[in-house]
Order: sequence, then C-alpha cells, then structure tokens
Amino acid sequence: MTARVAPTAVSIAAEVRGGTRSARSVVEEHLARIAEREPAIHAFNLVLRDEALAAADAVDAAVAAGDDPGPLAGVPVALKDNLCTRGVPTTCSSRILEGWRPPYDATVVERLRRSGAITIGKTNLDEFAMGSSTENSAFGPTRNPHDLTKVPGGSSGGSAAAVAANFAPLALGSDTGGSIRQPASLCGVVGVKPTYGVVSRYGLVAFASSLDQIGPFATTVHDAALLLEIIGGHDPLDSTSIPSPAPSLVDVLDRGVDGLRIGIIGELAGEGIAPDVLARLHEAANVLEKAGAIIDTATIPAAMYGLSAYYLIAPAEASSNLARYDGVRYGLRVDAPTTAEMNELSRTAGFGAEVKRRIMLGTYALSAGYYDSYYGKAQKVRTLIINDFAKAYEQFDLLLSPTSPTTAFALGAKTSDPLTMYLNDICTIPSNLAGQPAMSVPFGVGDDGMPVGVQLLAPLQGEPTMFRAAAVLEAAMKETSR
Amino acid sequence: MLPMPKPISRADVAHVARLARLRLTDDELDQFTPQLAAVLAHAADVEALDVTGVVPTAHPLPLRNVVRADVVRPSIDRAAVLAAAPNVEDGQFRVPSILAEES
Repeated sequence: MTARVAPTAVSIAAEVRGGTRSARSVVEEHLARIAEREPAIHAFNLVLRDEALAAADAVDAAVAAGDDPGPLAGVPVALKDNLCTRGVPTTCSSRILEGWRPPYDATVVERLRRSGAITIGKTNLDEFAMGSSTENSAFGPTRNPHDLTKVPGGSSGGSAAAVAANFAPLALGSDTGGSIRQPASLCGVVGVKPTYGVVSRYGLVAFASSLDQIGPFATTVHDAALLLEIIGGHDPLDSTSIPSPAPSLVDVLDRGVDGLRIGIIGELAGEGIAPDVLARLHEAANVLEKAGAIIDTATIPAAMYGLSAYYLIAPAEASSNLARYDGVRYGLRVDAPTTAEMNELSRTAGFGAEVKRRIMLGTYALSAGYYDSYYGKAQKVRTLIINDFAKAYEQFDLLLSPTSPTTAFALGAKTSDPLTMYLNDICTIPSNLAGQPAMSVPFGVGDDGMPVGVQLLAPLQGEPTMFRAAAVLEAAMKETSR
Repeated sequence: MLPMPKPISRADVAHVARLARLRLTDDELDQFTPQLAAVLAHAADVEALDVTGVVPTAHPLPLRNVVRADVVRPSIDRAAVLAAAPNVEDGQFRVPSILAEES
C-alpha cells in the first residue's frame, strides 16, 4: 500500500481553524490534483472550481475576523450527483435531469456548509444510483484510481474514486444496496452506511425510499466519524428521520474492542467469495481477536435470499419513485401532440437501459396477479432477514463479512449480464433490508494488488461500537504498512 | 405457498413497458426479455423459504405519521420552481392537451 500523502479532514480543519493554513491553499492543492488526474479518472460530473475558491475565501475571511467557520473549516467535500445543490446542476448521471438546477439544498449540503466544508464538485454515479460499477452513467464511466482499467464499484463510484485519488479528503454517497460500501472497498477507502433514519434524506433524489441512506467516504475512520456526526441527527424535513441527535463517534474511537463479541457471518464467508478476499476477512478477525474481541461464527440463514428480495423490493420502489419523471415539472421533455405521448417519449429518451430494466422489473413485480408471488413474498423475506439479525445480535455485538465478493473487476466485464452485476451486492444488501448500519474498512490488497475491504455490521444505531472496531482494524493496517 | 408464475414473455415485457410509459424497440424487447427472466428466475429461489405466517416488512423502522406545527413559514419560491420546468405559462406548468386523449 502506498503511504497517504494527502492530509486528512481532521488535520486540514485544525490548521485552517488555527490560522496556520489558508482554506484557499487547501482548495488550490486539491484542484491541482484534480487538474492532473481527473481527465483519466472521471470522478466528477462537475468540478466547482470558482465556487470552491470563493467559499474558501469566505472561510479565510471568517478566520481572519476571529470567527470559527466550523469543524470542517476549509475541508473540500465531493458530493454524489444525486444530492440536490441549490442552483448547481444535479443530474443523477441521467439525461432526464441533465441541466436541472434544484431550487433547494439537501439537508446534508446545508449542514456541510454550516460546518465550514467546501463543496468541490458533484461526482459521477450509476444512473439514479442503479448499478455496482458506475458504468451505467449517461456521462461515461469512472475509473478506479488504483488501476484505470478497473471499475471503481458503484453506484457511488465517483465519490469513492474522488477520495481514493485525493481529490477531496471527504465525500458523500448514498447506499441503497451497497452503493457506498462496495465502491469504498474497491477503491481502498472507508465507506459508511448509517442506520436508516440517522441521516436526513431530504434533497437526496429517491431511488428506493425504504432502503436509501446517505453516508460518508473518507481516507480514515476518524474523518468518516466526524463527517457522520456533522451530517447526522434529526431533520424535521424528513419524516423518516430518527428524532435524536447524531451519534457521538469521534469520542469513542479509541475505546478498542476488548470483550466485544464479533461474529463472522458464515453464509457470507464461503461459496461465491474470492479466496484472497476471504483471507483478508480472516486476518481482520484475527486482528480483532488479538485486540480482545471474542470471535465466533454467526448465522444469518435468510441472508442468502437477500439478493432475491432486494431485486424485487428496490425496483418496485424505484418504479414508483421514478414515475415523477414525466417531462412536466423539470428535466427532459420531448414534445408530442398529447401528454401521454410526451410522457412516454420523454422517459424513453431520458432513461438509460439499466433504469428501464429496473422500472420494468418493479412495475411487473407490483402488477396485478404477480404482487403476492413477487413483492409480497420479498417483503416477508425481509422480515426473516430482520429476525435472523435479531437472533444473531442476542449473541454478538457486531458482525463481520467481506464487503464485496471480489476486488475491482475490469470495465465492461459484467455489463452484458445484469444478474452477474447484481451479485456484487450479496454481502451489502442484508443491512439495507434491515435498516442497520454497516461500513467497509480497507484491509490490505488482493492477489491482483487491488484494495480489499472488510465489512462491519451492527444493530440499529450501533454506530459507536462499529466505529470502535473499525478504528482497531485501521490501526492494525497502519502498523503493517510501516 | 404460492407457486412462482411462469417465465416473463416478450409480450409481458411489452405490456409492462406500456404501463411504465416506456417505448421499447424490437431490439430492446429481445434484449430485456431474457435479462428480466433471469433476474426473476433467481428471485424464485425464495420459494425454498417457508414464509407461512410471516408478517411482511415494508419499512425498516416503525413509521409514525409526523405532523409539524400549523405555522406559516417560507417555502421555495414559485419562480425558482417554475424556472426548472420545460414549459410554463401564467405561473403554471404547460402540457399538451389531455382532454382530447383516449384513455
């Protein structure tokens, strides 16, 4: 592993707040890296060069005036391009929203601004967050900064690549079935899907509303913890927001795992997982055991069926959510003599193939005669998965699994077969179905030299314990890379 | 337990596309039909599970209706919303005629 040369968000904010470094120099440094490598990587749909420099000058002016700009003072943040930014194009990497400028900011964007963070750009994604490789973007794929012939994962591949390439120390993504954790794993960065409801979804363009959750990307566990503290906590603008403050994470990071009971999910640690990924998983378990955790095998029998349930539930919710793209109020309109034709032609021209596939899959699963066999049954499988997790958490404080079955694959390797692509999400989907938090922590490399992540899973609102274990794994990796 | 329905046909895909307001070419129908059939066939593996008496889960958290105080407060400016629309007239979204349409 190469040593990290770029400073962390925590160190940048400390220097900017202390007046020892200007926010402008921080932003200029990151813009210079973007200018150098972005043409090859394509992490961004839009780089906000002038806006970022102006925001940096405002932060510097505040510091000069003796004010504290906030805990992320001067820290560049990259935003997945399905997060609404007022007056700034928000495309979801779809032709149907190309050129759309939202009239409001997402709650997370507003909270970042208030914390002194600087939005440096909007990152590429699989169209409407539907995909696992960022190849489904209408604006072309993002490439993995560790190997430009490989995918960065997805759907938040642009955010993961931006952090991995040090274009920004922090990024936000959204995770519906693994869309933060899987690209974090493939790009060698930390990625967190918080408990459903911890982070407001106000201003996140909806994909599957009962599964979507916004979360952080960072190069360190500490940075991810800080970012989640800032974006988390109750928001009256999201009716599914949990009515309590954000979890306290930074303060518990050094508490270790002594005495914690951690279970390796048996169903996700065998068949279908690459041997090098399994090897890193067991090394991670050994690290946690040496640090005092009690490691055993956990069983989530219904996890095997999570993929099937997810690829009925998520498309069903998506088919409903994406009905709003009708050419009437925003986005692409293709003119036609009647409104029905206008709706149909606008949607046909605006949506890419994967979005069409999922809309049709969902429409079919919800249609008369098939509802009980498909959608209804998937909802019952969801209950079984929740029940299995509940049983496991009677015995364990945390669970452990791979994040992704393999390291990053080649561009184009899985684009012709949707089902093969969907199998990338097998380890990450169960947490979304259960609404529970999970995170990917970089843990060495595979036989091909590409990053491997391990996934920590926790019960609802178990983020503090999860981050403690993540910090232990990270410290062990730093130790070995010395 | 409910048996899984028969594999999705080309005609089913064409029907679903119409329901979803999507117009597919013949090539797309040829491409999408086996792809959707493969995903639905994989979904059929849940047949192995006994879900008798299992309550369906629609949402991971217990949802309660949330009502804010009935107090007037600023909302997004109408002009800002209309600025994003493809076609507006007199402060409203303009669409082609709908009254002359059949179903």
